[in-house]
Amino acid sequence: MTPGTTAPRASARALLFHAGGLHARPAIKLTKLAKRFESRVRLAAAAQGPWVDAKSVARVMGMKTPSGSTLFFEAEGRDAEEAVAALAHLVEGDFAGAEEADA
Amino acid sequence: LPALRKRTPETLRLSGTPASPGLARGALVIVGDLDPVGAEAVAGGDPAAALRAALEQAARQLTQLAAGVREDQTAAAAILELQTALLEDPVMTDPAFEAIAAGASPEKAWLTAAELQIRDYREAADPYFRARTADLIDLRDRVLRCLRGTAAAVLPGDAILIARDLPPSRFLEISWCGGGIALHEGSPQSHLSMLARARGVPMLVGVPSADLAAHREALLDADRGDLVASPDPVVAREFASRQSAALVSEAAERSFRSRPAQLPSGERVLVQINVNDVGELPGLDAGHCDGVGLVRTELLLRRMADLTDEELQFEAYRRVMTWAEGKPVTIRTLDAGADKPIAGYTVAGESNPFLGVRGLRLSLRKPEILTVQLRALARAAALGPLKVMAPMVTLPGELERFRRLMAEAVRSLQASGVDCRTPSVGMMVEVPAAAVAIDLFETDFVSIGSNDLVQYLTACSRDSAELAALQDPLQPGVMRLIRAVIEHARIRGIEVSVCGDMASDPRYVPALLEVGLRCFSVGPAALGRVKKAICAAEAAED
Repeated sequence: MTPGTTAPRASARALLFHAGGLHARPAIKLTKLAKRFESRVRLAAAAQGPWVDAKSVARVMGMKTPSGSTLFFEAEGRDAEEAVAALAHLVEGDFAGAEEADA
Repeated sequence: LPALRKRTPETLRLSGTPASPGLARGALVIVGDLDPVGAEAVAGGDPAAALRAALEQAARQLTQLAAGVREDQTAAAAILELQTALLEDPVMTDPAFEAIAAGASPEKAWLTAAELQIRDYREAADPYFRARTADLIDLRDRVLRCLRGTAAAVLPGDAILIARDLPPSRFLEISWCGGGIALHEGSPQSHLSMLARARGVPMLVGVPSADLAAHREALLDADRGDLVASPDPVVAREFASRQSAALVSEAAERSFRSRPAQLPSGERVLVQINVNDVGELPGLDAGHCDGVGLVRTELLLRRMADLTDEELQFEAYRRVMTWAEGKPVTIRTLDAGADKPIAGYTVAGESNPFLGVRGLRLSLRKPEILTVQLRALARAAALGPLKVMAPMVTLPGELERFRRLMAEAVRSLQASGVDCRTPSVGMMVEVPAAAVAIDLFETDFVSIGSNDLVQYLTACSRDSAELAALQDPLQPGVMRLIRAVIEHARIRGIEVSVCGDMASDPRYVPALLEVGLRCFSVGPAALGRVKKAICAAEAAED
């Protein structure tokens, strides 16, 4: 971002129902998807945070989020809107049938 | 001459818990843990460049390992994928480079950075996340070895490996050919155990520590749970003959396991599997069976809290459906009671629990519990060809009520816009009265539960060894009734299978084929031998 301009911001939320929670496989899928966007993307398991970098698998898995939690996304950058929509969609679609054996 | 004779240590026998069955014999190899604070690498050169090179080398090794992982080893693939992703994550690696900038050696820097991550998982309350500690330590040690330029010795695949624990990635590096594993720690539920079972590598866990350094050879009996170091010739001979007998029958069964069962006439015989534990599915190949003939949900849902948890149930059923890759799946509603009690749900203190309030009888008395299960099943039915089966049906009216509850569950799901479908509804045939009057039931399919049917028909308790001779399933009274049920199903055009132990036992296969059975549902371990018996039986008939 060039200084002085305000970057677009967007946010979204999604219910995590992947069995067991945000395990290795879903965490990897989530960070891979987040990295496809140039915006800065943050993730939290509560509306007030704490927020972590959604592009870091260490941070995302380190949240140890249990199933049934609501995930909050915030993005800042040119493609912020697309980023949070795609990430919420991934979580709501249960990581498109994220593989089983990481349970 | 005595000076030349090498002294063989005395035989040492240790017991452990079988985690992967089988017999193995080979050189005894003790696998030590890597010492994380061992000798530092030779100093010199640019420390940041050295770490960068080690991280890249570790990533290359992981990629190579991942390429060798079979498609069905999703657990192994997930571990390697996680380790690779962590190596690429600046959150993991930046603290190491910062420490190097502040003057630390590459080894020290990497250890500190890795520990930041490991520490976080060691104390995790959730066992899944706690178990990731081992994956992170494994990754830490891989990078350390790269830094030190010491490749982990490639472990021999024909030896008996003795270790405290073994990381999955090291297991995957081994070209297994007849060896086995004995661990001092470990558990049959670990990822390593799953990998060992899938790969057919015999493994024991929980073997007591002992001084094995003087021993050169060992026998590993992961069927019985024994590790024998320096066996005497008699034991070794007995072991060798058991091993060769097992090899012969295994090889024969394995060649049948992956092929569809077919009679020489060209007629296909379906062989499905019984599922007791969703966790074992990733180690099984859906391509080796014709679907799932029985999911025993009372073994998946063991606690009262599970019975009211629709999401947990849906997730379990979803996993079976996903695994089956579009092949038919039959899920049986709770058959709790008798020898499978669920505290807080089943009736305690019945004088004759096998003839008591169990199975569908209990479900219909607790429709609010049954409805949770039917809702989860109707949702799973939207994912593929699902059949739902009621256990212990006695009268047609019971199945009607079951069907009505299913219809209500579907209506209420639809009303709230939840994706669902009405599955086909069928029944277990195990109560003799239902078997005799099978034509009166409005059922989409039937599955004969031979264990209970035989016990009820012969009036012999299943656990009575004394009455074993009276419980022969091949006796005319049993076989006539099975034949009648199969013939009725054939006339009606509905599917019929046998899912009790009788179907898994090759001795009974010819008789079941003879009375017209063309669908067997068997324990996963019996797939090969049942398919083999199906082919052999037909040949004998000619």
